[in-house]
Amino acid sequence: MPKITYITHDNKKNTVEVPTGLSVMEGALQNNVEGIDADCGGSMACATCHVYVSENWFSKIEKMHDAEQDMLDMAYEPKKNSRLSCQIIVSDKLDGLEVTTPVKQT
Amino acid sequence: MIKTDAIIIGAGPTGLFAVHQLGIIGLKCEIIDNLDRAGGQCIELYPDKPIYDIPAIPECTGEELTNGLLKQAAPFKANFHLNQRVEEIKQENNLWILKTNKGNLFSAPNVIIAGGVGSFEPRKIILKEAEKYEGSQIFYSVANKNLFQNKKISIFGGGDSALDWALELSKTNHVTLIHRRSEFRGAAHTLNEVKQKEKEGKILIKTPYNLTSIEGDKIMTGIEIKHEDGKLEKIKSDYILSFFGLVMKLGPIAEWGLNIDKKTIPVNTETFQTNKEGIFAIGDICTYPGKLKLILSGFHEGALAARACFKRAKPTETYRFEFTTASKNIHERLGLKK
Repeated sequence: MPKITYITHDNKKNTVEVPTGLSVMEGALQNNVEGIDADCGGSMACATCHVYVSENWFSKIEKMHDAEQDMLDMAYEPKKNSRLSCQIIVSDKLDGLEVTTPVKQT
Repeated sequence: MIKTDAIIIGAGPTGLFAVHQLGIIGLKCEIIDNLDRAGGQCIELYPDKPIYDIPAIPECTGEELTNGLLKQAAPFKANFHLNQRVEEIKQENNLWILKTNKGNLFSAPNVIIAGGVGSFEPRKIILKEAEKYEGSQIFYSVANKNLFQNKKISIFGGGDSALDWALELSKTNHVTLIHRRSEFRGAAHTLNEVKQKEKEGKILIKTPYNLTSIEGDKIMTGIEIKHEDGKLEKIKSDYILSFFGLVMKLGPIAEWGLNIDKKTIPVNTETFQTNKEGIFAIGDICTYPGKLKLILSGFHEGALAARACFKRAKPTETYRFEFTTASKNIHERLGLKK
């Protein structure tokens, strides 16, 4: 099962196994990973599952649609490497993925 | 004090259908919501996005769904109390007494919390120093546009609110529109108008920039913004308008002595009652094994909660299950002509 590492803004790492096909957001919720709120439940309507993806991983993730970029406008401190974790679907290709959560989500 | 059979907190789709379900079985209700209109997340987050999983409606937008539910609930003439949030809830014998932030009081044996993910509040500027100017020089919505005459206004955001206000206020003010990326997501025709105003020198557009600091002492005098490439720029500002949408906060609900699990309220799936007798939770805010956050689940939950309300509202009467197709009682409640 792919391993996903969630890193908090103050560099605490939490590596969990997330089944292929779930989103990085769902992986966080199922494993009680802190720092991801996901208020809207994955309908891309709230920007509270916002994460930063390191450069080497960013290009390996499927590109984002306009709607995700639009929603990221609402996120807390969005950067160039921002993504909504509800839109990153875990696959074997993403085994080892590291995402960093922002200082807070709202 | 308004007395009724059930008070519904939250006028989203689940709350609206609960009005219908209470009405069908002859119970009266009042409905309270923090937003200025009914519809909840449907109307606030995705009014134009199609929904494909409402039974018998292959496709509809959040707005269409809301309008349909309002129409369906209309015969029951429930009172809507909008723009207010329930702050306090306390028990007096068999009744629950609710108080809103506008000071309105309600009393009922039943309270149905259909609060979604909580109440909507504007997303605020993240800089700490913003706080002391909020309400005087920093606004998240425009209540009185006459405040702005010949002022320097910095507007943040990339959506319709930011574009619309940039256009409107540029008629009588110096407007700078600042956005974190070069693409705006507002309506194309509005954006064209804004670009036209930029050409005419009526609006200054700054992209891709982010707010880095707010300057001033007792009175805010300006802001500093940072370009994606790191370049800093100062802009004199009398006012900041910031349009970063809404966030959902559980708010006072967390203080009512209800069991809360990850921002949701555990319920018994027979009645959708919480750990407090007479307080029910339905829709996205409730949780139980197998819970799905679907609108259709909220409808089912409301139907069962309404039946449970009957016993507390009319303890001396016997509830009888009836179909809407055949029941004369229901037809009368719906105001149908014989």
